[in-house]
Amino acid sequence: MSENGVNKGRRRLLTATTAVVGAAGAGLAALPFIQSWQPSAKAKVVGAPVEFNLQPLEPGQIIRGLWRGKTIGILRRTTEMLDTLPGLDSKLRDPDSAAEEQQPVYAQNQNRSIKPEYLVLVMNCTHLGCVPELVPEVGAQPFDAEWQGGFYCPCHKSKFDLAGRVYDGVPAQLNLQVPPYQFLDDRTIVVGIDPQSPA
Amino acid sequence: MARPASSMRSQISALGNWVDKRLPVSSFWRDHLSEYYAPKNFNFWYFFGSLALLVLVNQIVTGIFLTMQYKPSAAEAFASVEFIMRDVPMGWLIRYLHSTGASAFFIVIYLHMFRALLYGSYRTPRELIWIFGMLIYVVLMAEAFMGYVLPWGQMSYWGAQVIISLFGAIPDLWIISGDSLVEWIRGDYSVSDATLNRFFALHVIALPLALLLLVMLHLTALHQVGSNNPDGIEIKQNKDSDGKPVDGIPFHPYYTVKDIFGVGMFMLLFAFMVFYAPDGGGILLEHDNFVPADPLVTPEHIKPVWYFTPFFAILKAVPDKLGGVVVMGLAIVVLFLLPWLDRSPVKSIRYKGWLSKISLTIFAISFIRLGMLGIGEGTPAELRESQVWTALYFLFFITMPFFSRMEKTKPVPERVTSSH
Repeated sequence: MSENGVNKGRRRLLTATTAVVGAAGAGLAALPFIQSWQPSAKAKVVGAPVEFNLQPLEPGQIIRGLWRGKTIGILRRTTEMLDTLPGLDSKLRDPDSAAEEQQPVYAQNQNRSIKPEYLVLVMNCTHLGCVPELVPEVGAQPFDAEWQGGFYCPCHKSKFDLAGRVYDGVPAQLNLQVPPYQFLDDRTIVVGIDPQSPA
Repeated sequence: MARPASSMRSQISALGNWVDKRLPVSSFWRDHLSEYYAPKNFNFWYFFGSLALLVLVNQIVTGIFLTMQYKPSAAEAFASVEFIMRDVPMGWLIRYLHSTGASAFFIVIYLHMFRALLYGSYRTPRELIWIFGMLIYVVLMAEAFMGYVLPWGQMSYWGAQVIISLFGAIPDLWIISGDSLVEWIRGDYSVSDATLNRFFALHVIALPLALLLLVMLHLTALHQVGSNNPDGIEIKQNKDSDGKPVDGIPFHPYYTVKDIFGVGMFMLLFAFMVFYAPDGGGILLEHDNFVPADPLVTPEHIKPVWYFTPFFAILKAVPDKLGGVVVMGLAIVVLFLLPWLDRSPVKSIRYKGWLSKISLTIFAISFIRLGMLGIGEGTPAELRESQVWTALYFLFFITMPFFSRMEKTKPVPERVTSSH
């Protein structure tokens, strides 16, 4: 085939535009396939908000449950427990809960909760996802000589206080997450949904 | 500071050389695309080979994504398909791309095969290409049949029941009997969970692997001898001083560009079907298949999907169980023999005589008409008509060795003609 009289510039333009349109088409065609990996409607229903009954919870006790496959812990804190919180600030990595993703705005306070008494947490450690234990006793522990009570992760020794705030110098870098939640009434919490704005 | 473009380019070409010493990338590109010379007179009929490849890719990609959500058990299959349709994001689109793709595959393959009949593409030296192509067709039919069973609707179940029962027509041979064969295929005393599960394995792994292997053989054989063309002239017999066929043009860019146009047109039609008529009015996806499989209730009117109906009509036309199965099998086997039945001195229909033209026309009509009759309910009038068309279908092959040799043909030109 002869190459005489070929307009190379025009050929380049046509090739380039065809390639761009083709790539855009291929990219768009990939979207449904990528989207199909998103949680299905069924998974979303299973992941709907979950109710917790606080009736049987005595001060100092914790209840656990599941929301979207994550362990949710609800700790009913005593006044003594709450009193430990302000004194720990110097030992913590993020005492003021500055990391925004770790709690909703309504829990971005000293107690990291809506009502000071009730602490609602996603219990999975922010390091690698183990579930820390509640160690409420104040006093020397094998992992901390000046323990003020809090959560201790057995996997990699991360420590959190009784508001789920992470200690400095442990593997976990972020405070335990507070999920969105609201009080249906004094005795019922719904995890997975923000408080309704006053109508 | 940015590197000068020329140094970038030389680095890329150095990387290219490094790879090329270890993997024959550029020689593969030359041998099969940029210096693979195809006849310059390809027409409309030559779109369907590349389109078949496109549909195959569509089936594999959508199939992989369906497999991620589908559950191959009798208890869960139907619900999991409905789950894909309703709950999986874009699941309906992926499923319809796959189900419509199956029908598109057969449309493309039938047109591709008809092209071979028109221009004698099965003739020497392309017998193996034809054989591999026919094997692809047979595997594709098995693939489509098993795929249709997977949604586990009424038509899946009863279609499987009927098709598997056909093997029961085989007479007793030594330790094998038709009934024991049927039981072995089903893995149970009826079509059941075991049947569904093994069909799933065959549909998603075994047959696709066989298809890919056969497609590779089909294309390797094609590139060994080169493409036929609408004139049926061997372009390799007329080469220039460089050893290139004078009537050939490099596949890339000439036919890649042509095929991209075909792909665009095809996708337009395909998208129209997927979005506006995914069930094809009950022909691509039969209405009965939207009802879960029920071994206690047989649908009133069991029929295979449209692409099998010509053979189903032949089966029904023969008033004997074994006879029907044998004749239906022969209707496919006889296609394999085509390269040796055609004795014409010319390949292309353009230079064959009027007997060939009439015979091919009647054959094409018989195939289409049998397809329409196969969808029908099997009234006595339909059965009688099926018998006539079945006879004409076979007459095409039986008389071919005679009319193709005896008829007067036109002289074949030295060079390919660019318009006809």
